[in-house]
Amino acid sequence: MPFESDITALWITLRLASITVLALLVVGTPLAWWLANSRWRYKAVIEAAVALPLVLPPTVIGFYLLVAMGPDGPIGQFTNWLGVRPLAFSFTGLVLGSVVYSLPFVVQPLQSTFSGIGRAPLEVAATLGARPLDRFLTIVIPLSRSGYLTAAVLGFAHTLGEFGVVLMIGGNIPGQTQVLSIAIYDHVESLEYASAHWLAGSLLVLSFLLLLLVYGLNRRFDMVKI
Amino acid sequence: MTIRASVSLSRGDFTLQAQFEVPGQGVTAVFGRSGSGKSTLLRTLAGLETPQPGGAISVNGVTWLGQGINVPVHQRRVGYVFQEPGLFPHLSVRGNLEYALKRRVGRGASAAEPGNVQGAEPAIDEVIALLGLESFLGRNPATLSGGEKQRVAIARALLSSPALLLMDEPLAALDLHSKEEILPFLDRLFASAGIPVLYVSHAPDEVARLADHLLLMEEGTVLAQGPLAEVLGRVDSPLARTDEAFSVIHCDIVEHDGPCHLSVLSTAAGDRVYVPRITAGQRQNIRLRINARDVSLCSQRPVGSSILNILQATIVQLSAPDKKGQQLVQLRLARSDELLLARISEYSCQQMGLVAGMSIYCQIKAIALLC
Repeated sequence: MPFESDITALWITLRLASITVLALLVVGTPLAWWLANSRWRYKAVIEAAVALPLVLPPTVIGFYLLVAMGPDGPIGQFTNWLGVRPLAFSFTGLVLGSVVYSLPFVVQPLQSTFSGIGRAPLEVAATLGARPLDRFLTIVIPLSRSGYLTAAVLGFAHTLGEFGVVLMIGGNIPGQTQVLSIAIYDHVESLEYASAHWLAGSLLVLSFLLLLLVYGLNRRFDMVKI
Repeated sequence: MTIRASVSLSRGDFTLQAQFEVPGQGVTAVFGRSGSGKSTLLRTLAGLETPQPGGAISVNGVTWLGQGINVPVHQRRVGYVFQEPGLFPHLSVRGNLEYALKRRVGRGASAAEPGNVQGAEPAIDEVIALLGLESFLGRNPATLSGGEKQRVAIARALLSSPALLLMDEPLAALDLHSKEEILPFLDRLFASAGIPVLYVSHAPDEVARLADHLLLMEEGTVLAQGPLAEVLGRVDSPLARTDEAFSVIHCDIVEHDGPCHLSVLSTAAGDRVYVPRITAGQRQNIRLRINARDVSLCSQRPVGSSILNILQATIVQLSAPDKKGQQLVQLRLARSDELLLARISEYSCQQMGLVAGMSIYCQIKAIALLC
């Protein structure tokens, strides 16, 4: 049976993943739109930067975030200037780290959906009198449903499995920054295999169900497409 | 009441440099080979392409492009029918129509605007009836045939209450059957809507059937413009140089059920013309397309010929012989203003001693009926 602290860790993890996905959809939409449509010569630089978390060891991301959030880092100085507490070892800090860590998992599906829509439907809408924002909200968003679903679920599931970044910048404070993956690690360290099984199994099943949702729904959406 | 434009733009190797002025009513066909810049011209008029500075576009007194003015696409009162219907797949047919309806207010579609002669905006029910969409309003666009989709797209463009309707080869992506299905709708639309139309096409039969005016394009420039019959009748236009040269003449229907499955028509001058029986409706007059290569000339009225249609005409001018040893003869039908082109060999021209002003008989081997 799980400890009470495990339930708390599960709750923190779900909250972290949800807030991260929401933040990523807000940040990722304009970024992906820009990447899909820009003809800027150096666009590849931004694309490579967005994809970095795919290949970098999470500890590297975590390390640099920790340095940045420290008293001498840019983020640390910014929070100091704002007069709020430093982000390191806080839940807000975890959200920031997760946003960076899961960025490509949200931006890339959105970018490819946006590219797939092409210019034609937007040109049609423009000749029918739709302003740019109107075109985005009434044409691009509805036509990108499957891309948004993929982006949201991938971003959510990827954040669920976060370990290295959280360990570096979140520490392991039960009830505040202790997430599921770290709780599992702790159980294994203390040879509490039964509890570790319980948590690991839940994560496994949850992740699988989420992916099943994506693939199942995407097939349905494909049939609706022309 | 005119549509005036002077625009230039370059995209890679291609340069568009078009100046024209066409009447602000009726259908103007924009005709030319593929790659001649027809679509680019239309896209520039709509504001989908940005021309080089110094251009000007005005539609019946409203400036869309000029000094310090560049009205964005969504504020130009333009209806655009693309080659691909481009229906929004996430909306039903009715949803697609309403999308246009909801947004037409935003671009000042009002009777107060100078130059607006259309008066009332088209009502959705009228447009639905005009294009025969009653039966599939609730359907998903994906379930429609190509012709049906294009009809919805045309209706949608009309509902945005345009001051100018641009149609970019709306039939080119359709099979022959769908084309035949949609043409009667276009006839009705152009006869009733009263909106000026620029209709891009490279199909002579569409041009001959639908257009009142013609704008000929080649390599990004406007080569000739004017009333349809006048431009078609020119012996020096790029169209005249091709094998496709043709003329259009107008006839009244005298007798639907003539002898031997024929219908009897009468030219403006009262000459009889026989055509295969006309089935379409109760119309009084009809357009005929006559290919220049189907017209042969005789210096005297032929006797005992199997060819039914022989018209008297006067030679107006002759083109210089081309490389294949052929010449184009421009003729004016006797006692009327209608022009007819005949393509004959240079040798015949010399043998018959054809010169301008000569009176002559034209034997017409084949006639295409256009409603």
